[in-house]
Amino acid sequence: MDFNGFRVVWEGLTGHRGWKPLWRDPDPKPAYDIVIIGGGGGGLATAYYLATVFKEARIAVLEKGWLGGGNIGRNTTIIRSNYMLPGNQPFYEFSMKLWETLEQETNFNSMVSQRGILNLCHSDGQRDAFRRRGNAMILSGADAELLDTDAVRQMYPFLNFDNARFPIKGGLLQRRAGTARHDGVAWGYARGADRAGVDLIQNCEVTGLRIEAGAIKGVETTRGYIGAGKVGVAVAGSSSRVMQMAGLRLPIESHVLQAFVSEGLKPCIDGVITFGAGHFYVSQSDKGGLVFGGDIDGYNSYAQRGNLPVVEDVAEGAMALMPALGRARLLRSWGGLMDMSMDGSPIIDTTPVDGLYLNAGWCYGGFKATPASGYAFAHLLATGQPHPTATAYRLDRFARGLPIDEKGMGAQPNLH
Amino acid sequence: MLIPHPLLGLRDAQEFTYLGDASLMSPPPSDDPEALERHVHLRDNPAGLLRELWFHEQGDRSWLVVTRDTRTHEILGAELATDIRREGAR
Repeated sequence: MDFNGFRVVWEGLTGHRGWKPLWRDPDPKPAYDIVIIGGGGGGLATAYYLATVFKEARIAVLEKGWLGGGNIGRNTTIIRSNYMLPGNQPFYEFSMKLWETLEQETNFNSMVSQRGILNLCHSDGQRDAFRRRGNAMILSGADAELLDTDAVRQMYPFLNFDNARFPIKGGLLQRRAGTARHDGVAWGYARGADRAGVDLIQNCEVTGLRIEAGAIKGVETTRGYIGAGKVGVAVAGSSSRVMQMAGLRLPIESHVLQAFVSEGLKPCIDGVITFGAGHFYVSQSDKGGLVFGGDIDGYNSYAQRGNLPVVEDVAEGAMALMPALGRARLLRSWGGLMDMSMDGSPIIDTTPVDGLYLNAGWCYGGFKATPASGYAFAHLLATGQPHPTATAYRLDRFARGLPIDEKGMGAQPNLH
Repeated sequence: MLIPHPLLGLRDAQEFTYLGDASLMSPPPSDDPEALERHVHLRDNPAGLLRELWFHEQGDRSWLVVTRDTRTHEILGAELATDIRREGAR
């Protein structure tokens, strides 16, 4: 127990000189059994579950910047399991169950808040589709409720119910969904992994993969060569760049997604609301800022920033759904790199290189998957077999004609 | 972003829809299903210069091949896809 009321008071009285860093800052050893590339949510969760659940030793996480500095620190913090297809929904429900015990597991306040997510529908056809999705969710063990207009009005009376183009006809509610403190998730996993003996090595960029006779031997980094029995790649938007070092081309394009936060307001939105028809979703952080976003910009990008047309599009969506938002001022906006796969679903699989494993293709939905992504990747690294909920996330599923196309858009990443 | 259309001058990128890597213009022979599968699904996805297809949907409905830096969004040039086709380059 590092944090408790007595400790906070004591440190407050003694000038806060007693706090210690939450994890070590070790130099890389010459070799490890398992090297994870990428110290974000996925990489840290993988290392944590490898060390704690699968009892692996000699593990390192290599991060080119600082821990949790990528998409785990740039998302809009929503957790949910409201997918439909059989390859997806059990996995996300597994993730939801891990979220529900995450704080007890890592003993870190990740502020997991099951405040519910409401997807709005605007037509009979969309309601039918939501009913089908809700039934698929229930079949996987998740919860789902179909609300009519009056029930939505009771929850959020300030929405624009009579919009001429998109009148609100109801919604699909998942009460167990919600939000979590994204940085706290990364820090909880990082501290847990560090205490279990994992070396978290920051400012260590991988510059090459050493492959001999079709098997991985280690990684070249800016801090020297590091030998490795197995290498797991969990680098999200940079997946194509890292796997190119192994001579592999991926079914992935990197795109930019923007997010926004308003000035702090008094509590007004207690759950998460999504307005898919208008490319807009919103929740309110515990600090009071409205956190919202929309669609990806739609063109390949590694810039970690987007352009103004999407800002305008999101603002229009906001005004169409919640006219009162027009009185709030935008505090800041930012962009993150999305590893958009060809079917909008992720990849957790082995690769043609022996000992090289890939965890990628999370599109704009990786945050909610963080616990299960790490667990399933650790399962694959430790046992060589995919986790039972992640058997469909194969790298060769496109060639075999088994994509998991949740939105039915085909092989066009900017439409997912 | 402003795209320098070879016929119409600088046009707002919002007038265009985006398809992706310009190599999508030249599919492999249809009697090679494995090459076709790679063509449809695999991408170089470079961090740097990328030649890519933009369709001037709300303009003259021409396809352009735009050269753009994916790290900075800087646009270095645009050509008509039909011209490139005629010259036989990719």
